[in-house]
Amino acid sequence: MLLLIRDLGGIAILFIMPLLLLIVITLVQDSTFKTISDIKIPVLLVDNDKGEVSKNIIENLSESNSFEILQKSSEEEAKEAVFSGKYQLAIVIPENLSASLQKKVDQNVEGILSKFGLEEDTLAVAKEAIPQKEVRLYFDPATQVSFKSSVKNGIDKMISKIETQSIYKAFQTELGEDDAEPIFETENFIAFKEILPTKNNQEIIPNSAQHNVPAWTLFAIFFIIVPLSINLLKEKNQGTFVRLRTTPVSYAAVLGGKTIVYLAVCLVQFTLMLLVGIFLFPAIGLPGVDVSGKLPMLYLVALFSGLAAIGLGLLIGTVAKTQEQAAPFGATSVVILAALGGVWVPVFVMPKFMQFVSKISPMNWGLEAFYDVFLRNVSFVKILPEISLLLLFFLTTIVIAIIYNRRKNAV
Amino acid sequence: MIQINQLSKKYKGAEFFSVKNLDLKVEEGEIYGLLGPNGAGKTTLISMLTSLLKPTSGTFTINGLNFKEHKNQLKQLIGIVPQEYALYPTLTAFENLEYFGSMYGIKGEILKNSINEHLKIMGLSKFANKNTDTFSGGMKRRVNLIAGILHQPKVLFLDEPTVGVDVQSKNVIIDHLKLLNKKGTTIVYTSHHLNEAEFFCTHVAIIDRGEIIVKGVPSELIKNEPEAKNLEEVFLAKTGKALRDHA
Repeated sequence: MLLLIRDLGGIAILFIMPLLLLIVITLVQDSTFKTISDIKIPVLLVDNDKGEVSKNIIENLSESNSFEILQKSSEEEAKEAVFSGKYQLAIVIPENLSASLQKKVDQNVEGILSKFGLEEDTLAVAKEAIPQKEVRLYFDPATQVSFKSSVKNGIDKMISKIETQSIYKAFQTELGEDDAEPIFETENFIAFKEILPTKNNQEIIPNSAQHNVPAWTLFAIFFIIVPLSINLLKEKNQGTFVRLRTTPVSYAAVLGGKTIVYLAVCLVQFTLMLLVGIFLFPAIGLPGVDVSGKLPMLYLVALFSGLAAIGLGLLIGTVAKTQEQAAPFGATSVVILAALGGVWVPVFVMPKFMQFVSKISPMNWGLEAFYDVFLRNVSFVKILPEISLLLLFFLTTIVIAIIYNRRKNAV
Repeated sequence: MIQINQLSKKYKGAEFFSVKNLDLKVEEGEIYGLLGPNGAGKTTLISMLTSLLKPTSGTFTINGLNFKEHKNQLKQLIGIVPQEYALYPTLTAFENLEYFGSMYGIKGEILKNSINEHLKIMGLSKFANKNTDTFSGGMKRRVNLIAGILHQPKVLFLDEPTVGVDVQSKNVIIDHLKLLNKKGTTIVYTSHHLNEAEFFCTHVAIIDRGEIIVKGVPSELIKNEPEAKNLEEVFLAKTGKALRDHA
């Protein structure tokens, strides 16, 4: 403990950096959790149609509140601006889109009505071939696939809606009804409603803080692996480990002492991160973390996650021969475990094999346990399997470290 | 006190034995010097005797006990002063000694008084609360020695305890070791300082290439070596003048 306290710079980094990480990540991710985003992505739009359809597209894009429409006159200009990375996206609406769509819809409607004998001129008229129109999308090559997909889906949905409305309108016209009094309801019949978990009859609405605090707190807890393994290596290099080995104290007791100290560090770190989530987040415009009635279980999960991280740190410190081995191995292990555990990408979107692998990542057990408490509002029994696995991981790593040390230093 | 029988050590991948079929007997109350050129096997021998290294073959007992059966008893019985400083640089001298003393089960006032007494003898009282990373080499050596003797070991192993220290520090260390020996501590120590060993040790063994070349009382060894006036001349006569560099 004294060694840690004496290294004030080190301890500051140990506590401050994870807090900084948590704040930055939550700020970055906050918009993805907001229903109405304050951020508008500038989008270039080249309107070669200048008709009803392009008007509709522009209106819909503007109404979505996600995009800021910047009109450009030439496709080439828009393309260059996007491919050079100045803009994320350009939408090019082709010439005569409105007219062609109308013609196509009229043709189809007339065809259907003639089948029912409702068309006045029932003589078969040769259909005019109408070439398919394409709305061109240009994306910045650096744009992420997920963003591309969501934009494509949004535009696809918008175009489908416009097409449907055109069909309804054509039917109404063909049936001789007044356009001012719509006989078809164009609103979706099937709607979606998300049912959220409730607590005291109140819906628990997850926000960026509820997601980020557990994920990045766990990440920070596991980073204890790096200073802990380096601490063991330092003792080997300083020669103090040699002295310890000649004392009657067992290696298990040495590891036990370190476990207690570093567990205390983990819990202090966890407390600081919770405090940031509860008090600082609302002060800087982020959603606050709700821990009401969850604190004992949260600390339980933090405690067992801390034990798992410490076990791995002690094992790395025992096996590694130099700090140059321990530090990069420890740091990359944390990143790999975080990736496997679902800290960055949810486990359910991973390939099947990786989903299986993620089940053996202690960070996955910790994260699931945190989500259970934070978001799923479960009882202690539900988190028991996860914290048992974390404890088992700790015991296994400690036993391996003790056996390794015994074999290496047997006399 | 210490009985060594046919003790050998060959490191993994090494071509030669670092210690080869070594027999040695150290009686209670002796100050036994293990002398030899670099790479002779002195540190390897001490490391085996203090349970830091596993022998390839052979046996040894300390006070009739061996490490396999009486590990904890033996660890309480012996003290070690390694060649490295073996101190936490960001802790004070007092904190270092308090920590290492507590590892032997010494606690509270007894530990505190023992630390203060040793610090006083070693001339370090006024530096007790300074971090050891601010200490000179000589001061670190003295703290290093205290850390090995706080639990009043019956046998004390010292690996080059005076290397790299000034004359004053060396004198304080040697005087304190003599005092401990008078109180009944058996001392086994390695050194390159042959003058120091000649006057400090009751017995010496000159080791080269893992084997004992000659052993006995320093004055007798000098007497038995024609034309040798001191231990250094005996040493050179027995080990030769060739350099012993190896990697």
